[in-house]
Amino acid sequence: MALDRKDVIKIAHLARLDLTSAEVAATTSSLSRILGLIEQMNAVDTKGVAPMAHPQDAALRLRDDRVTEPDQRDKFLKIAPATEAGLYLVPKVIE
Amino acid sequence: MLEKTVAELSAALKAKKVSSVELTQGYLDRINRYKDLNAFISLDPGRSLEQAKAADERIAKGRAGPLTGVPIAQKDIFCADGWRTTCGSKMLSNFVAPYNATVIEKFNAAGAVTLGKTNMDEFAMGSSNETSYYGAVQNPWDVKAVPGGSSGGSAVAVAARLAPAATGTDTGGSIRQPAALCGITGIKPSYGRVSRYGMIAFASSLDQGGPMTRSAEDAALLLNAMCGFDLRDSTSVDQPAPDFTAGLNNSIKGLRIGLPKEYLGAGLSADVARAVEAAIDEYKKLGAQVVEVSLPNSQLAIPCYYVLAPAEASSNLARFDGVRYGHRAPEYKDLTDMYCKTRAQGFGAEVKRRILIGTYVL
Repeated sequence: MALDRKDVIKIAHLARLDLTSAEVAATTSSLSRILGLIEQMNAVDTKGVAPMAHPQDAALRLRDDRVTEPDQRDKFLKIAPATEAGLYLVPKVIE
Repeated sequence: MLEKTVAELSAALKAKKVSSVELTQGYLDRINRYKDLNAFISLDPGRSLEQAKAADERIAKGRAGPLTGVPIAQKDIFCADGWRTTCGSKMLSNFVAPYNATVIEKFNAAGAVTLGKTNMDEFAMGSSNETSYYGAVQNPWDVKAVPGGSSGGSAVAVAARLAPAATGTDTGGSIRQPAALCGITGIKPSYGRVSRYGMIAFASSLDQGGPMTRSAEDAALLLNAMCGFDLRDSTSVDQPAPDFTAGLNNSIKGLRIGLPKEYLGAGLSADVARAVEAAIDEYKKLGAQVVEVSLPNSQLAIPCYYVLAPAEASSNLARFDGVRYGHRAPEYKDLTDMYCKTRAQGFGAEVKRRILIGTYVL
């Protein structure tokens, strides 16, 4: 399947990635190439093949509802790009 | 001393023929001498030597385990408390991990020394180590050749004797392929054996940590330290890990080895075919039985991987948004613009490509 520039610009916005126009052009061709590769799977007849969720006999487990993590607020805030009054700082979202 | 295996170093440390401080300093000097190989992203000699000193004290008290005092290079995908942990990306160039991955915690508990953080393809996406923001890694056997990837720095560290052993991670070949290209031993354990907690995620249903060493014996020693059930990894397998060193001297007489015919046909280069044939001959001499088998859907493995791995990567890498840690764009007009610019600046071309494929297939 071939993608065009408009598709790539839309996908990039969904992925929250700014692309330069040169990147859009390069991505359009490389994505189309990879999707061509993926299309090989369409040739396989999967009728009657049971879907496999996991190769092992595994199931998700539940844990006890108790506090296991200590409070490390200061340690985590120290590596943040911007903080104020013990909170992460981001540009204003609601006017 | 720097030519010895982990098993030999462990014995020498216990016999007090060498101290962990001497050994750690020896490797740090050698890393510095061969820094052009670019095998490491971060070193912290003060921190490493402090661990070595503590290991020497533990050995003196007679409380040493097999890895106590042994320096180990850690792939820069494992969070290590107080260490810069970049995952080969500009996005995390300023990220000092505030906690330990379970794998790091286990090595610390065993008394091993963290020698440094090794170079890797950005977010483990690559097979040549050329996608690292911190530059390509040279193969010590031929500096014009690639070392493989994504655990290329770890493979080179072991091959060039910059470390006796290292850790790697493998999603689609990232331990096995660089180990092969650098002539060392590497194993991707069965999924769920090694905890993924604190291991920066690429494709969570495939990611698995494992050892990169000079011998099978060393790989078993490291596996013994790395494996085990972990409550903090939701897909950790709740089964006791065996002692991987127990079967090292077992005969392989009568063992049946399957040789998938699809791997040995078109596209295989002559020198690789010769090396594989030589290995098969060796197994036969040791009494193994080699039988041809067929894996008829092999050609679909890569198309399938190109759906699953990027889909998981696009979800996992959504967390890098410039809010809580890592790079944030210096200028932006609103929140969405901050995300878009931060990610455009922080990620390299290959990572962007895989995020976009993943976003599309999802």
